Amino acid sequence: MNFSKFPLAEYIDTLLDFLTDHLAWITKGISEIMSTGMDAATDALLAMPSWLFILLVAAAAYKAVGKRMALGTILGLCLLDNLQLWEPTIETLVLVLIATFVAVAIGIPLGILAAIYDGAHRVIMPLLDLMQTMPAFVYLIPAIPFFGLGPVAAIFSTVIFAMPPAIRLTSLGIRQVPADLVEAADAYGCDRRQKLLKLQLPLALPTIMAGVNQTIMLALSMVVIAAMIGAGGLGGEVWKAIQRLQPGKGFEAGIGIVILAMILDRFTSKVGRNKSADQ
Amino acid sequence: MDTGPEIIRPKMQVRNLYKVFGSSPETALKMLEQGAGKDEILDKTKQSVGLADVSFDVYDGEILVIMGLSGSGKSTLIRCLNRLIEPSRGKIIIDDCDITQLNNIDLRNLRREKFGMIFQHFALFPHRSVQENAEFGLEIQGVPKEKRVAKAREALKQVGLEGWEDSFPGQLSGGMQQRVGLARGLAVDPDILLMDEAFSALDPLIRRDMQHELVELQDRFKKTIIFITHDLDEALEIGDRIILMKDGRIVQIGSPEEILTQPANEYVSRFVENVDMTKVLTASSVMVRAKTVAYPKDGLRTMLHKMRDVGISSIFVVNRDKTLRGLITAQSCKDALESGDKTVADLLLCDIPTTTPDEPVTNLIGRMADANLPLPVVSAAGKLLGVVVRGSLLAGIAEGGLELETTLEHPNEGMAQ
Repeated sequence: MNFSKFPLAEYIDTLLDFLTDHLAWITKGISEIMSTGMDAATDALLAMPSWLFILLVAAAAYKAVGKRMALGTILGLCLLDNLQLWEPTIETLVLVLIATFVAVAIGIPLGILAAIYDGAHRVIMPLLDLMQTMPAFVYLIPAIPFFGLGPVAAIFSTVIFAMPPAIRLTSLGIRQVPADLVEAADAYGCDRRQKLLKLQLPLALPTIMAGVNQTIMLALSMVVIAAMIGAGGLGGEVWKAIQRLQPGKGFEAGIGIVILAMILDRFTSKVGRNKSADQ
Repeated sequence: MDTGPEIIRPKMQVRNLYKVFGSSPETALKMLEQGAGKDEILDKTKQSVGLADVSFDVYDGEILVIMGLSGSGKSTLIRCLNRLIEPSRGKIIIDDCDITQLNNIDLRNLRREKFGMIFQHFALFPHRSVQENAEFGLEIQGVPKEKRVAKAREALKQVGLEGWEDSFPGQLSGGMQQRVGLARGLAVDPDILLMDEAFSALDPLIRRDMQHELVELQDRFKKTIIFITHDLDEALEIGDRIILMKDGRIVQIGSPEEILTQPANEYVSRFVENVDMTKVLTASSVMVRAKTVAYPKDGLRTMLHKMRDVGISSIFVVNRDKTLRGLITAQSCKDALESGDKTVADLLLCDIPTTTPDEPVTNLIGRMADANLPLPVVSAAGKLLGVVVRGSLLAGIAEGGLELETTLEHPNEGMAQ
């Protein structure tokens, strides 16, 4: 028995080639616009003196969370500034925030869809499993022909990798709204939009925010991988350190990522908790 | 009592309503038509019968209680009335419109305009303040902000929650939460208020208060209320009429007293056997027919003879049209015959205590305890309907009401008649 190999790889290549041939003009266009936008955002943030930026973030942290968070923010960011990692930090921040924004902008509507329609749920959930278990590196390969080397391709693969929790937890949050409340909303004549806006989304908000938080964390975990296709930032510093075998430099940039992760995590998890505390 | 509430016209007519849960209700419906039972159908078709051939009317301004044990279909029924559950077959007519035929948009409008619903576990929105909860129905209708704020405040005032507007449901006790639920229902000023086990989650004392307040609110606003409960005492307390359900079918419809005194079958009588009868029985169900009466034209001898004949010690005097004139005792007759100087008119005790047919038995017990004479039951027009004596009272309580023709085995025992 000697079956010839099933040409799965060939099929996928053919499909991707086809898509590249026919869609590249769109994706390249998106790439142009996005990288211009990202550069502008990065430049704007870098134009600001680092101390001003640190103070602004600390003030926001003080308002949103508290004194300790503000203090931690100042210490962490000052350390990064001192290690001369300011520019990569801002680059990474912009990359992570844009990737998160895109992931959430796509993920929450998909989550709502999966919550409301069982059919959508059945299609989306296995896809999410696939997206999360597929090694993240694999996404890098097709990202390059579509978007070219650079931060936009990095954002593309980051979005795919980081989006599942936003979808999953949005869907979960809406499905977990107690059935008797949904019934009450129906009994008083809510249409679907009213039910969603007045009942389901407000009650699902803490869960959705937990999803957003997870998305940010996953996006941060992608920055080193994304650096391999030229995303730059702190991930780029780590990647350089790996190639030059400079463990010290590697740790410096690694610690930078950790500090960024902690700040973003505290912000988003606090927002979710604040809302749920109202109940 | 048999007229129940002030009946005007049916507000809602439910006709031959069926609900089958499952993938192919048609087969189950066919089997139901052929008289198959709920269990048999479940066995053979895996379809679960929720409601079978349910028909009844709801009258304007009444409290209609739908009662049954869990699994009897009462919750399914109330949800079919506003189509939270889609009925499998049958008609529900409200103001000449069969609501089972409405499309989604009309159905939403119907729910917004005609119905208020109150739930067992309150189903308040935890992220909204008390005020915002009460406003909910109006908000959904698209009522402008100022108007709905005013209406919601008014509704909260009616249920005694003035001053709690800015609290959140989680901060309130169960009883207060259900008041919010009630306010949410009243705020939309619905034609029909659906109450699904509304007080079942409350503790007994609060529950009693809420029942009284509901009856009071209903007196004031004349809302049509359909109230689900599994608790017979609650049904008797607030219901103008009661529908008793079992296995998705209606077993009996009637006033509380009819359910108690004339149970349609064994199931109903078992259901009602532990009720405190004195609270629901009225004078009309414990009275017996007067054994004999005297007429004003009768002479003293005739009267004494009539009393001796049936062995009673006093006799009611009535006109030909049964209007009660008064009472004459055997002793006074005898004395008058001996002395020979008195007429019937002189002996007649006119100012005797009477009672109406609607008088609850609880009130009669005290009066009978220290009265020696039988208590005449008199209609609004002054006609003698029957008499209550101690024996009939006790027998009535023991048996849950008497037929008017009942004869007591020991008529003289404890009787002054």
